[in-house]
This record gives sequence, structure tokens and C-alpha cells, in this order.
Amino acid sequence: MDLIAVILVDGLIYGAWLFIVSVGLTLVFGVLNILNMAHGSIYAMGAYATATAVGAYFAMGGEAFPMGSYAAMIAATLIVAIVVGPILEIFLLRHFYGRDEVVLVLVTYGLFLILEDVMKLIWGVDPLFVYQPYDLLGVVEFGSLYYVTYDFLVIGISTSVGLLVWYILNKTKQGKVVLAVIHDREMSQSMGVNVNKIFVISFTAGVFLAALGGALTAPMISVSPGISVNVIILAFAVVIIGGLGSIEGAAIGAVFVGISRAASVHLLPEAELFIIYLVMAGVLVFRPEGLFQKTQARKI
Amino acid sequence: MIFLRSIWGSALLALIILILCGLALPEWAVFLVTISLSKGLVALGLVALMRGGLVSFGQGLYFCVGAYAAGFMANWFGITDVFLLTFIGVLLSGAMGAIFGPLLATYRGIFFAMLSLSLSMILYGVLSKMSVIGGTDGLNIAAPTFLGYEPEGWELGISLYLFTCVATVLAGAIMRIFFDSQRGLISLAIRDNELRVEYLGASVRKVISINYIFAAVLGGVGGVISGLAIGHVDPEYSYWTTSGEFVFVAILSGHLSIAAVFISSIVLEVVRSFSNLYFPNTWQLSLGVFLLIVIFVLPKGLGSLKILNRNADAADKQDTKETP
Amino acid sequence: MTEVLLAAENIHKSFGAVTAAKDVNVSMPKGAVWSLIGSNGAGKTTFVNMVTGYIKPDQGRIMFGGQDITSFSPREVTKAGIRRSFQIPQLCGEMNVLENMLISLSINGDTPPSFWAHAKKKQNVEQAMAVLEQFRIADHRNRLIGELSAGVRKLLDIAMAMTGNPKVMMLDEPTSGVAAEEKYPIMDLVIETLKAAKVTIIFVEHDMDIVTRYSERVLAFYNGQIIADDAPDQLLADPEVKRYVTGTSS
Repeated sequence: MDLIAVILVDGLIYGAWLFIVSVGLTLVFGVLNILNMAHGSIYAMGAYATATAVGAYFAMGGEAFPMGSYAAMIAATLIVAIVVGPILEIFLLRHFYGRDEVVLVLVTYGLFLILEDVMKLIWGVDPLFVYQPYDLLGVVEFGSLYYVTYDFLVIGISTSVGLLVWYILNKTKQGKVVLAVIHDREMSQSMGVNVNKIFVISFTAGVFLAALGGALTAPMISVSPGISVNVIILAFAVVIIGGLGSIEGAAIGAVFVGISRAASVHLLPEAELFIIYLVMAGVLVFRPEGLFQKTQARKI
Repeated sequence: MIFLRSIWGSALLALIILILCGLALPEWAVFLVTISLSKGLVALGLVALMRGGLVSFGQGLYFCVGAYAAGFMANWFGITDVFLLTFIGVLLSGAMGAIFGPLLATYRGIFFAMLSLSLSMILYGVLSKMSVIGGTDGLNIAAPTFLGYEPEGWELGISLYLFTCVATVLAGAIMRIFFDSQRGLISLAIRDNELRVEYLGASVRKVISINYIFAAVLGGVGGVISGLAIGHVDPEYSYWTTSGEFVFVAILSGHLSIAAVFISSIVLEVVRSFSNLYFPNTWQLSLGVFLLIVIFVLPKGLGSLKILNRNADAADKQDTKETP
Repeated sequence: MTEVLLAAENIHKSFGAVTAAKDVNVSMPKGAVWSLIGSNGAGKTTFVNMVTGYIKPDQGRIMFGGQDITSFSPREVTKAGIRRSFQIPQLCGEMNVLENMLISLSINGDTPPSFWAHAKKKQNVEQAMAVLEQFRIADHRNRLIGELSAGVRKLLDIAMAMTGNPKVMMLDEPTSGVAAEEKYPIMDLVIETLKAAKVTIIFVEHDMDIVTRYSERVLAFYNGQIIADDAPDQLLADPEVKRYVTGTSS
């Protein structure tokens, strides 16, 4: 009984993290039809920017008010989003619209390659540590185990983000316009929707979410080159399982993958690394549109 | 002259050039070309799939299978003959391709890419956790032998290089013939208008499966040779970034010229090596920029440049004159 | 006694609330030249799609030469001997006319397509040119699809469908999009070539002149049902047909 609880808690923590990391990817695919392979790199940029921001914060006397480091994290995320999002969409991606969706994947793959080195050039190759935000909230007892409170903060933020995105898309006027574009781009355009504006805003939102994932993760890990590489395929798996373009799907997919991995870690450690991709392959074979059908799988 | 323009003529010429280069170049360059050619084989398989309109992000699967097969056979069964190892690699990857091909052949676009990627990542995950075969550290592979001949040092390097050149030229010629054949033309038609091909009476699924098996076999052979050249194999061979490199080469080269595939592979390895030496942390940047430029400016790849597409032009002009 | 070659029995098909076919019964003898008329959405193209296996009827069956082909895929229908041309010609746009023809012939040749014989071998090219000449489009051999006029595209579409000696040819709006002065020459050529090859013909058309001039019998569709089935002159005089299809006042 205890084991199940542990698996559930671990799974939820991991799933919450997966959701934040993946929701931007599914949003961008839903609106712009781009499966962004550079999503992981933007996640990494968020982590690096956060490391720099938090490091700078404490270097400038932030110890007096440690909670302010969280504000530094958010600021870093916003800066990354506002700078990187529009630049990438307007100056790069826009030139390739109208081409096959696989071509766009390849363009984002090229972008991934570029950003990996850009980050090395900016931040160097040595790992960065910013553990303070992680330790700040202490630990909490759950059952017979101690968990770092920060992990539950991630669950909280993840849930809030999910609800917020859902609310904006489904309950606000602007959000419904975005849904219209997702549903039928041409029709929306002929109805007078400024699709270009929707694209750049949606892409920037996706970038923000990816960077947020990185920002939240930075205090938990050593921020170094290569963190993007693992994250992007995890995000792919979650998004495919949940259904490309579906926010709800990303949530369900994230929880599902999170719990599967937690179960695997505790029950069958050998499977830990491949269980996710096995589920991904399984979904592709048996229900390619994912759990929440938003896009029709291109299958003949 | 007609012979030279024919496929086997070009192949022979290419082989001679490669052999002369091998004898003239320093040892590190010979190693670099060996690796480039073996990875080029994997990319050639990708090109076969691209001619049918599909991009696989999981060819690392077969690259890995080939290398591990060589590792097992050499370390556990003492089979070190390069011809035998290649043959085993062909059989194993061909069999896997025959199983996965028909399954994957019903998918298109992003879904095909993602399914192929997930298969290679499953293998990565499985191998990483199997400590009995080295886990993430992988295996060291014993040096290959050549029909009894057991070279060492420079001789080993050049022997493997020569084997690779022959394999490359042979594979290139076979694929060129296949691409120019009726089945090759049908692949291009599928990329263009799949519905029409199906309505004409061809099984699109079967054509794609066959392309996939070719790609699997080429991937396996590339893996065997790479594994032997490097002397080591680890699960990274099946990681998605490895598959990504093969995609890079295939996109850079395009599907119009066989030579372009291997030239592109050499470009990749040269950029990687030199950039690491002189401008560290920029080789991925260079590749990324290269890739974007190619996609934007030369959507049909380097092979669409006149100098490399000479053969395709010539074949067009002589369509009623000669049977190559 | 002419044998029935192609028969549709009690076909029903709906797409949600839309009835595309209801109680459709057709019994077509060998060697006939029939046409299908009806306004857009009446069910003509749905019928063609069901016969050629692209969609499956909800009820009923399709018999071809005594064989039940209802569940056949488009490829199996093609192999059985029924071909179709498309309203918007389905061609391989990246290739030229000759290559399109070569593809068609490799798939439907006497031998299965080869893994090594060059696609553009002299023999193959000559065979392709013969078909192109038969349809009088041989001059366009090296031109890309995008450079062709609508009429040439239609002819190529039909020529490609003709490979492999089909028994039935279903032409979906063969003259739509074709310049007025080209319609008769194209139809003359197509019908003549198909008849010479002893192919049974069904064509879908909106142009009543074409219908009257070339078909022996006409089936009029409305709301998924066949409301009239007669020789052209009689059918076009039928008040129901006038009301629901041709729109002319009596």
C-alpha cells in the first residue's frame, strides 16, 4: 500500500514536470503545425537564463530576501520568451510555412543544432548550480518519506499553468480565436483573423512554457550542455501519447508517463529507460491520434 | 567513354580514386574517410526511403544492431572475419527491416518519423540497462580479420578502408541501379501522388516496405563497419541524435546523386573534426546553419547541383539510345 | 443476350445525415457506353468511388463479372479490371508526361516491375510512346505536368488508367475544365480508343451535349437515388429529370 502511494506521488511529481515541459510543444503544434525539435533547447535556455539570473540575484545581496530568487526565475523566463520567441518565428520559421510539415521538423532540427552551440558559446560548457530555490522551501513529510517541498510547488505550478492555458483557450475571446486558427487556418484567415499575429503570440507562448520548464528544473539539476537532448524526446513521447495539439492530452499523457516511469523505477528498474518509448510506440501503433483526438494521424 | 558513363564504369572510377586517396592520405584521414563512408551507407538507406516520401528519424536502430552484432560475434564467438561479420549484419538488419517495414509502411509524415524514432529509442533504453553487455559503457570490439589476414596498425586501418571502399562502391552501384529501375521510378511516383499509384494497381505499402528493408540492410552494414573501425560500440549508436546525423547527411545530399550522399557524409565528419580542433563548440552550429541553407536554397540537396547530377542528365538524354 | 458485366445491387450509403446512395441498382452489359448525370451532391461520384473501392457501401453489393467486389480496395479493383479517371487529373506533378506513362506501364505491364531493368530502357519508352501516340499527346512527352493544358492532362489521366487492358473504364467528368472547342475532339478520341479496345464505358458528365452525343443510356441521380434510366433523348425529356437535374422548365 505504501509502495503504491510512493509510486503515485513520484509519478505525479514527475508527471507534473513532464506536463510543463511538454505543453508548449503541443500548443505550438496545434496552432502552427510545427513539431518543434528545438523545444528542448529552449527549455535549456530557460534553465541557463535562470541559473544566471538567480546567481546574479544572490551575488547582488539577495540572501536578505531569498524568496526573491523566484521572481528572478520568472523574470529570466519572460526575457527568454520575449526575446527568443518572436525572433525565431518572424525571422526563421515564417519563411518555411507552406512547406511539408516534415520539412518544418527538419528546420527546427537545424535550429536545435544551432542553439546547442549558441548556448555553449554564451554560457560555456561547465555545469552551473543554483540550488537555493530548491532548498528554500524545506522538506515535507509524506507517509514515511521526506519529499522536498519544491517538488510539490512544481505540481502546483504545473496544475495552474494547465488550468490557465485551458481557461485562456476555451473561455476568453482571444483564446477562441486561437482555437479557430487551430481548427481551420484558412477559414479563420478569410474571416479576418490576423493569423500572423496569432502565430507569433502562440509560438512565444510555447517558448515561454518551454523556458518555464527549464527555469523550474534549473534548481534541481546541474545545468549543463546536453540537458535539452533528453527532454525533447520525453516531450515527444508525452505529446504523441496525449495527442498532438491537445492540452488535455498533454496533461493525461504526462501523468501516464510519470506514473509508468515511477512504477518502473520501483518495480522493474531495467525498464526505466525504455518504458516511455515503448508506450509511445504502442500508442502510435494502436491509436496514432493519441488519447485525445485533435489531429488526424497521417496514416494510409 | 560509354563504359565510363555507365554505372559500373563510374563505380570503378570511384573505387580507383578512393584507393589512391587512401594510399596517399595520412592515417587519421583514412580513418575519417572510413567512418564517413560507413555512415554514408546508412544515409544512403535513408535516401531510399526519402525517394518514397518518408523521413526516418530512427535509422540509428540498424546502425546499432550492426555494430552490436559485430561486437557479439567477435567477442563471444570469436568470429572476426570482416566479410562474415558484414554478412551477419546484413541478415540481422534485413530480418528486422522485414518485420518492422510493413508496420511502419502504413504511416506517413511526422508519425512515420516519430514511430521510427521511438523504435530506436526502445533499443537504446534496453541496451543501456543490460549491464551484461556493457550497459551505457558498451563493448569493445576485437580487430577485424580479412579472410585469414590479421593486419595491425596502419595495415589494419588501410585494409578496413579498402573493404569499406569496395562495400561503398558496390552498395552505391546497386542502389543506383535500383533507383533507376522501374521500381525506383514507382517510389518517386509514390512520393508525388500516392493515391494515383495505388489506383494504378501497385501496393504502396509493399514498395515502401522494400525501400525500408534496403535502408535497414544499409544501416546494418554501416554499423558493422563503423563498429569495427572505432573498435567500440555503445547504446549511443541508437540514440536519436545519431539518427539525426544520418538525416542531416541525407537532406544535405538530396536523392538525386549517390556520390552526393558520401560527399555530404565526409563534409559532416570534416566539419566535426576541424571545428573541434580550431573552433570548439561550433560544429553543431555550422551543421545547423548548413542545413537551414540547404532546405531554403537547395531543397533538392547538393545532388541537385549540375556537377553531381551529370549522370541523371545523361540518362535522360539517352533514353531512346542506350540500355545502360 | 448481352451478359451483365458490372452490377450494383441495393446500394445504400450515408455520411451522417446525408444520404449519398439509396436503393441504387445498376446492371450494365458488356460493351455498353453509359453516362451518369445529376447535380452536385446527387451521388454520382460516390457511386464511382464505391465501385472502385475508395469507399464501402453501408448495404448492398457490387458484382463484377460474377465476382463480389464490394470489399475490394482500389488496388484490387484495378487489378480486377475496372479503371477510373479523375475529375481533377491525378498525375505525378514532379515528373514529365513520359515518366508518368512509364510508371503506369511498369505497374500494369506484362511482367511485374523490375528491380534492375532501367525504367527508361528503349523498349519501355517505345511502349509508352505508343500509348501516348494513341491518345495524341506524344508531342508533350518531355513537358512537366504543370505546363500542360487541362485537355492534355485529362487525356494523360485516361491514358494512364488504360494500361493493362481494363474491361471497364469509369470517367469522372472527362470534359470538365476543358476548353469548349476541345471537348468534342477529346471525347471522340477517348470513346473511339476505348471502344476499339472493347472497354465498357461509364462516364459522369454535366454537359448534356456530351451526354446525348456519346452515351447509349443515361442514369439520372438525385439525392442518392436513380430517378430515371433511359436513352438520352427520352431521359432528357422526362419532366422529373428536367426538374431535379437539368433545371430546364418543361
